[in-house]
This record gives sequence, C-alpha cells and structure tokens, in this order.
Amino acid sequence: MAFLSYLISGLGLGSVYAIIALGYSMVYGIAKMLNFAHGDIIMAGAYAAFFAMTAAGMPLLAAALISMVICTLLGVTIERLAYKPLRQASSLSVLITAIGVSYFLQNASQLMFGSDTKIFPSVLSGSFSLFNGRLSVSYLSVLTIVICVVIMSVLTLFINKTKTGKAMRACSEDKGAAVLMGINVDAIISITFAIGSGLAAIAAILLCATYPSVYPTLGSMPGIRAFTAAVFGGIGSIPGAFLGGLMLGIIETLAKAYISTQLSDAIVFAVLIIVLLIRPTGLLGKKVSVKV
Amino acid sequence: MNVIKNLFSPKKRSRTISLLIVIIAYAILQIMSSTHNISRLLMSLLVPVCAYITAAIGLNLNVGFSGELNLGQAGFMSIGAFTSVIIAGIFNANGIEGIPVLIVCIICGSIMAALIGWLISVPVLKLQGDYLAIVTLAFGQIIMSLINNLYVGLDANGLHFAFVTNNMTLAEGGRMLISGPMGATGVRTVSTLTAGAVLVIIALLIAYNLIDSKSGRAITAARDNRIAAESIGISISKTKTLAFVVSASLGGAAGALYALNYSSFVAAKFDFNSSILLLVYVVLGGLGNMSGTIISTALLVVLPEMLRFLQSYRMLIYAIVLIAIMLISNNETLKTKAEQFRNKLGASKRKGAE
Amino acid sequence: MAENRTPVLKVTDLGIDFGGLTAVNDLCMEVYPEEICGLIGPNGAGKTTVFNMLTKVYQPSRGTIELCGQSTEKMSTIDVNRAGIARTFQNIRLFMNMSVLDNVKTGFHNDISYSFIESVLRLPRFAKQEKEADQKALELLKIFDLDSKADLIAGNLPYGEQRRLEIARALATNPKLLLLDEPAAGMNPQETEDLMKTIRFVRDHFKIAVLLIEHDMKLVMGICERITVLNFGMMLAQGTPEEIQSDPEVVKAYLGE
Repeated sequence: MAFLSYLISGLGLGSVYAIIALGYSMVYGIAKMLNFAHGDIIMAGAYAAFFAMTAAGMPLLAAALISMVICTLLGVTIERLAYKPLRQASSLSVLITAIGVSYFLQNASQLMFGSDTKIFPSVLSGSFSLFNGRLSVSYLSVLTIVICVVIMSVLTLFINKTKTGKAMRACSEDKGAAVLMGINVDAIISITFAIGSGLAAIAAILLCATYPSVYPTLGSMPGIRAFTAAVFGGIGSIPGAFLGGLMLGIIETLAKAYISTQLSDAIVFAVLIIVLLIRPTGLLGKKVSVKV
Repeated sequence: MNVIKNLFSPKKRSRTISLLIVIIAYAILQIMSSTHNISRLLMSLLVPVCAYITAAIGLNLNVGFSGELNLGQAGFMSIGAFTSVIIAGIFNANGIEGIPVLIVCIICGSIMAALIGWLISVPVLKLQGDYLAIVTLAFGQIIMSLINNLYVGLDANGLHFAFVTNNMTLAEGGRMLISGPMGATGVRTVSTLTAGAVLVIIALLIAYNLIDSKSGRAITAARDNRIAAESIGISISKTKTLAFVVSASLGGAAGALYALNYSSFVAAKFDFNSSILLLVYVVLGGLGNMSGTIISTALLVVLPEMLRFLQSYRMLIYAIVLIAIMLISNNETLKTKAEQFRNKLGASKRKGAE
Repeated sequence: MAENRTPVLKVTDLGIDFGGLTAVNDLCMEVYPEEICGLIGPNGAGKTTVFNMLTKVYQPSRGTIELCGQSTEKMSTIDVNRAGIARTFQNIRLFMNMSVLDNVKTGFHNDISYSFIESVLRLPRFAKQEKEADQKALELLKIFDLDSKADLIAGNLPYGEQRRLEIARALATNPKLLLLDEPAAGMNPQETEDLMKTIRFVRDHFKIAVLLIEHDMKLVMGICERITVLNFGMMLAQGTPEEIQSDPEVVKAYLGE
C-alpha cells in the first residue's frame, strides 16, 4: 500500500515535470534550441501568482490566469528580443544567450522581490482515503495528474487537428520547406514560446502548491529535472515529454522513499544515462540517419 | 631571428601568442603584487582564475575541437579537488608541506579525473549532439551528488571512508578531510599565482601539442566530416575519447589547484552552474581559440567581482553583458562591416585549425 | 588473362533494401589487381549505394564482398579502409577547415605510430614521423599538382582541385583498391583529360586497382578496361568498353526507346 501511495505522489510530481518538459520539448522541436531560461519563466509565474493572491487578494483561478498571461508575454518578449536575432547563429551562441536570459530573470526578480523566501498560500489541501483508509491520496496529486492529462490531450489535438498545429509540425520537420509553403515561421515560433510559457505558469502554481516557497532560483532545479525528462522521453516529442516527466517523477519519489533522499539526484540521472544507452534518442525520440 | 620567425609561423602563431599573454600577464601581476599595487580582492582571485583557465582550456579541446557539447566539466574539477584534499591530508599528516604537495596533488587530481573521464566516455560518446550534452550534465550531477555524501577521515590507522551517513569514529589525533555536505575542511592552502601560471602554461602546451599531432588532425577531421574520417580509417570514438579524457584531466588538475587555495569548500561549488560558466568562457573566447579562452575566462571571473560597487545590480549587468555580447557578435550587419574593415586593412585572415 | 589471378574485389549476389525498397540486387562483379573498372548507369541506378556497401557505410542485406579473398562481412567502415579500400565522395567530403597538407596527412593516421604521450612531450619519434609524413604528403600532392597549395585551407580550393585533393587523401591510406565517385564531375574537358592521365599514373605508380563511377563517357570509355552497367539496382551488362557501347540493352537504358 505504501508503494501505491508513493506511486501516486510520484505521478503527481511527474505531472508537474511533464508540463514543464512539454515547454522544453516544443521549443526544442520547433526552434531547435535548448531554452535554459524556461525554468525561470516558472519562477516568474510563481511570483505573479503569489502577488496576485496575496497582495491583490485574487482567487486562485484569477491568479492562475494572470500568471499565465504574464508568463506568455514574458516568453514571447524574450523570444523576440533575445532569441530571434540569433536564428542564423550557432546553437552554442543561442544556448549561451539562454543562459544569460536565465541569469537576468533570476537577478531581476531578486532585485524586485528580494532574495527571501515567500510562502505561497495554501491552494488545495486535504486528502481522501481508499481501501478502508489504508491508502490516503491528496486531492492535489489527483488534480495535478488530471490537469496534466488534460493539457496533454488538448495539446495533442491542437498539434494534429488545427491549422496552426500542422504548421508547427511542418516547422519542426523542415523550416525551409515550411517557409516555401507560405507558413510564417516567426509567428509559429512565437506561438510555440507562448504555449510553452503559458504551460510554465500552470506548472508554477502546481509546483508551489506542493512546495509552497517562492524564491528567485525556484525554477532552476525543476527546470533541469524537466529538461532531463524531455530528453528522457525523446526531446522534440510531445508524448515523449509526457512519458519522460511521469517516469522521472516516479523514479525520483521511489528513490527517495526506498533508497536514499540524498542520493535521489544521482539515481535519477543514472537511470537517465541507462535509458539513453539503450535508446540513444530517448524513449520516443526519432532516429536520425545521415545521407551519404 | 629565424627562431622568432618560426615562433610566429602560421602553425605556431596562436601558440606563441597565447603563451605570451600568460607570461606577460604573470609578469605584470607579479610586479604589481611585489610593489603592493594590487587590491586584495584581485589578489584573492588570481589562483581561481588560473584554475578556471586551465579547466576552460580543457573544455575548449572538447567543445571547440572535438565539437561535443560538454555540460559537466565542473564535475571533473570536483574530482580533482577532492582527490587532492585527501592526498594533501595524507602528506600533511606526515609532515610534508608546500609546493611538492601541490605538484603531487595536481598530478593525482588530473590522473583521477582522466580515469573517471575515461570510464564515463564509454557511455557518453556513444551518443550524439544534445543527448551527449545531457549525459555529461547527468554525470556532473551524479559526481556532485556522490561527493556530497562522501565522508573521509584520516587518523593514525589510515584513511576511513563512509558513504551517506557518517558512522566513523576516528582515533585520537585524527581529523575529517571531507565531511559530506560540509565539504572539505582544514585544507592547508599552498596554491600560488606562480603555480597557477605554470599550470596554465602546461595546459596550453598539452592542448597545442595535442592539436598539432596526428590525434589533433583526427579530432578535427572527425568533427569536420565524420563519414570521410571513417573512410580513411580514423576511429571517431577513439579520437573523441582522447579529447574528452584530456579535457577531463585538465579539469582535474584545475580542481586540485583550486582546492589547495581554500581552507574549506563544498562539493556544491562545482555544480551545474559552474559547468555552464566554464562553457560560457569557452564560447565567448571563441571555439578552438585558446588565447580567447584565457582572456574571456579572466575577464568573466574578475568582472562580477569588479562590479561589486554596483551591489545587487552586478549580476544583472553581468547577464545583460552576456546577452549583449552574443547578440552583437552574431549580428549579420556588424559581421559584414567587420569583414569589410578587415579586408580594407588587408590583413590575412586565418581561421580554424590554428 | 586477368581471370586466373585472385581478384582484389569480388562481389557476389550483393543486394540491399531500404524499408521495402530494393535499391540494389544480385550484383556480381570482380576487380583484378591494377585494373581500372567502371561502374556506370543512369541517375538513381544505385551506383553510389554500391560504393557505400563496399565501404560499409551501409550494411548489405544480401550477398558477399571479398577483399583479396577476405570477407568484409564483419568489418566496419574503418576496418574496410585498413583492409585496403579507400574512396572519394560524390559530394566532396574534405576536411574543409584543415590545410591541404593536413588533409593528406590525416590519411596517414594509421601509419603514424607515435603515441599521444610522445606527441604531447614532443619526443624524437614525433618529430621524425611528422617530418616523414610531411614529405610523403608533399609527394602525393605533387602527383595532383597541388604541392604549391599545401598550406592553403582546403575549403578555399576551387572545385576541381578539391576533387583531386580528395583522391590524394584516399591514396594516403595506402589502399589496394581506390573507389572514385564521379571524379570528373564539374571539371572542364581539359581538366578531365588531365584527370584521366593522373588516374592511369596513379594505377601504374602505386600498382593499385581503381573502380570508378562516372557520367563522362569519354573518360569511362577512355580509361576503363572493364565496365559494369547498373540500371534500377540491377546489373544490365558487363564487359569491355567496346562490348558495352554495342550492347542494345545499354543503349536502350541510356537513350530510352
């Protein structure tokens, strides 16, 4: 029974990772860049929601909406100002710029909000029991998992059914050809950043509901974890990000429960390495072949 | 006359220039410090700068020449640092102090890092591109996490190791060398600017001698055109392993130098952020450009400290500088302007291998 | 005449499928020592695919490849080169950022025996072997009239010279069989004429066999002793230039009906 309870909280944590990983993976798939600042968008979302709820006294849903709007605007602005001029540059230059943006966001928020930890208001507490009280499941875990599944399904439908979604897939396959088909690649990249950043806001609130502290470097660790999850599942693949996020959450929770809290980090990354050795492009990643 | 001409021949030019930069910088700093014209802050940064330069030179071999994105170089610094703490502890307990300890520590640190680098390279180099990058990141995190849980004590009975929980009882007179998350404590500092400058010069010589040899050609060939390199019998995995291991060993040597400059430090000092910073130094200095790496490392280590008068704005400015450099250096209009300017000067441009 | 010697290359029933598509099938051919052979066919006939199978860039689905009587089944691209096949590429694959000289010296990689430590410490063996490599590379470059450009960056050479450099690099690996993939592509008639002479010289000087893919019929008919014609991945004809030129099937494949 204990195992089942760990599994569910692992799924909850994994769902948060999955939502963040979706942002990483979509941006990677379309802009072919590792957006290291993605974790810091989460931080921005957390602060936005925190102030909306405490200073402005808004209800959770309104705060979530505000947070999503702010993150979306932030994501698109960053893309326009920092990444767009680098479309032709080497991927390393873009990577370094993303790192710069990450430092910028962390330090800007430290200046604006101080480096002290703020306590995120309790969002959803309580739990229900199953199996005659032998298993207790928090509402939050269930809500997180449900939200993640909904996001995943909507996103899959969006990518596969809508015109914009198809244009996104076209860009991810071949940007040059997409331009020739009359697709506005710049607009598509902006939309991708907007979606990824909006998702980051949702992830921020779910994350803060579980670990209720808000501070400037809040996004770093979940950012790295989610990036790992995206690679784990096969970066660029949406179902891959979903699967990778869930697996990572479960592995982390189980490692903490059964092996060692201190070593959970090492275990997560060791599993990642093993997976990549067996499947060099992640669980659901595409195999690339070279033409001679 | 001929010797000088030879030193500045196209093949040797960049080697000579980068060595000159180090020697001149060293001379100036020595004069400044002996005439007490140097701030204490700058003085305290000199050894760390040398350590970071050494690690960055290694990383440049890996990223710039071999063309593999490595996000775990700080992990190798960590291995070198903690190896040297143990070795220095043993030496000190036996009454040996000073520069000999440093030399042995640097050698052992680099060998240990090379060994672990070689073990890691087997799985790492099977992968490509971003997947390879994340595995180096993963190893960096694993190394940090493991050292964070490592306890090493030394007493009359020798070394004692413990993992995760510290359950050791040391005999009287014994002391902890590494105490898990508390890191290394009671290190006797021996690193000096001279030692640092010598290490940088050795690192440069190793890097340039490697580049200008059959291994260096094979590394460049494998990066330029994988299939062509294989078609002339070059084993890609061997060449990449070599670059990776040499890079790791320079990281280890750098870590040893760094470690013996502080009386205490923690494993978290060598985290993902440090790996990223090293990568930033290399990219800003120019891939494959050793002189650039030296200058950019020195500037970027010193810059945040020099900006201290800006107080809390300094890291913000640092971030803006970083982004601005990337945007400006990749600006197409400026690039063409610079090209035109260079053509006007009629200077012969030679990029790439040298 | 040649048939009673061991062939350098013996290909039997060679075939490869990509997904469900058969790109090459039932190919049989032999190349004898010091012979210049041609592999021709319309675009998309599978000629380069054959080269890729011979050099193990692709693993054949069927059939055998023997190099001097030794099967290459378990060999990698690297092993095949060490066993004696060197090649050039249709879309030139030089090390564009390296100097012309270093491109050729890279071909000596497996000949140079100094260790990493010797090179870092600059021990005598390093200097000696590097000097030898320089000399040998210059000699090779001289054959292709590139010795005066040894210090230039390969990527800055004109097209025709890049093609010649690629051949020089392949020869540096000391092969028994040289595979040339459209060596005359992009060359003018005069350059092609010179290339033909060079190929013959290389064959005589190094005593090696040459197998070449080419669209320039003047070159193919001029220097090849035997020719294999491929069409849609199948062998259409095999024989001397005269036989090929008068083969009605070949004429039909090339000109249509």
